[in-house]
Amino acid sequence: MQQILFFFIRNKNFLLFAVLFLFSFVLTVQSHSFHSTKFMSSANFLSGGIFTFKTNINTYFGLEEENKKLIQENVFLRKELEAYKMDAAGKAPDTSTLHSKYRFIDAQVINNSYSKTKNILTIQKGASDSVSIDMGVITSNGIVGIVNNVSKNYATVQSILNTNSQINARVKNSNHFGSLTWDTKKPNVAQLNDINRLASVKVGDTIITDGKSTIFPEGLFIGTIKAFELGENDNYNLDVQLFTDMTNLKHVYVIENKDAEEIQSLEKESEDEQ
Amino acid sequence: MNNSEIISNVFRFIILVLLQVLILNNINFLGYINPYLYILFIIVFPLNGNKSLLIILSFLLGLSIDLFGNSGGIHAAACLVIAYLRPLFLKFSFGVSYEYNMVKVNKAPLTERITYITLMVLLHHLILFSLEIFSFSHILLLLKSTLFSSIFSIVLVFCTLLLFSRKS
Repeated sequence: MQQILFFFIRNKNFLLFAVLFLFSFVLTVQSHSFHSTKFMSSANFLSGGIFTFKTNINTYFGLEEENKKLIQENVFLRKELEAYKMDAAGKAPDTSTLHSKYRFIDAQVINNSYSKTKNILTIQKGASDSVSIDMGVITSNGIVGIVNNVSKNYATVQSILNTNSQINARVKNSNHFGSLTWDTKKPNVAQLNDINRLASVKVGDTIITDGKSTIFPEGLFIGTIKAFELGENDNYNLDVQLFTDMTNLKHVYVIENKDAEEIQSLEKESEDEQ
Repeated sequence: MNNSEIISNVFRFIILVLLQVLILNNINFLGYINPYLYILFIIVFPLNGNKSLLIILSFLLGLSIDLFGNSGGIHAAACLVIAYLRPLFLKFSFGVSYEYNMVKVNKAPLTERITYITLMVLLHHLILFSLEIFSFSHILLLLKSTLFSSIFSIVLVFCTLLLFSRKS
């Protein structure tokens, strides 16, 4: 007994090291998979608070640029509105009663990374603003990522610049779809894989979201084709130049799909029956 | 450790964490190069200080950086390894009797200082990036990140040491 005790005392540093190392290794492995970063994330009270403080100072330096972006978006939305008015021949619908499947929640980015292989953003909206896991996040230009963790006032977003990300996307002028991934090389270029070889692709074609999942609505802009090549199993692999500047994000919109729960529970039911 | 040492170490801990997460993590020089200055805490921790204490503190230091960077436990793991192996590196760079000679990192000869800091930074960065990238297919990216970030960190650690060395 005494010998065991002596052994522990003699090797206490190594044992301490081994236990703590194992713990951090488990945390690391967990962080490499989606949906399991619950324990350690920047969506908590302390780091969220400090990042909010930082953002409060930083936002003043970007106000002018932010205004320009808002004006551009307003111009775009106004154009669309005019088009709708033309369609409805004077009968403009009342926007408050208009039924829409999607609800948009605006949020401020308080922490952003784009130089790692698994990049994650923190936004200043959380469960109390009805943000929840698996909601899509976009800017006025294009998509940003998917919410992967929520606390009361903050949420973390798995950016498209993350090797775990897979987002359904398709070429705008055809219905051939594939999954959007990232090869960690450049923060403004992502890869769209497994596009059927029958699809006609040209450099400069627009890539949009597919709408088959409940996360993003159909037709959101992602980017344009920069280059393409025929892959191993005779499918196209495309390099996509992203519309969103992932290195410069301030305001984003979180998309809530009101039908998501219904669709998912239905799909789960039919899976269980099989 | 006496009281003034405890206080200065606590302050060093907090200031280095804030400096790292608020400023240095956002440098992204050439797209991916970030200096990791916060391991200065482990480098200049009193050489004759309690080793178990250093291991626990290093773990907390790494964990707080991870907390802010959403990186799981990679910084904690890397810090633990260099904190545990620090006596070995000290022996290697300053000679066997460093504990009794009251060596100070600031006052040691330049070559010994360079060896010690380079070893600590290189090992830390190597473990950090292998855990972050976590795949052997990206081994070139791993080595590249380690090399360039290490150079950046070593230069920064040296500048900080020079800046805060007391002339007495």
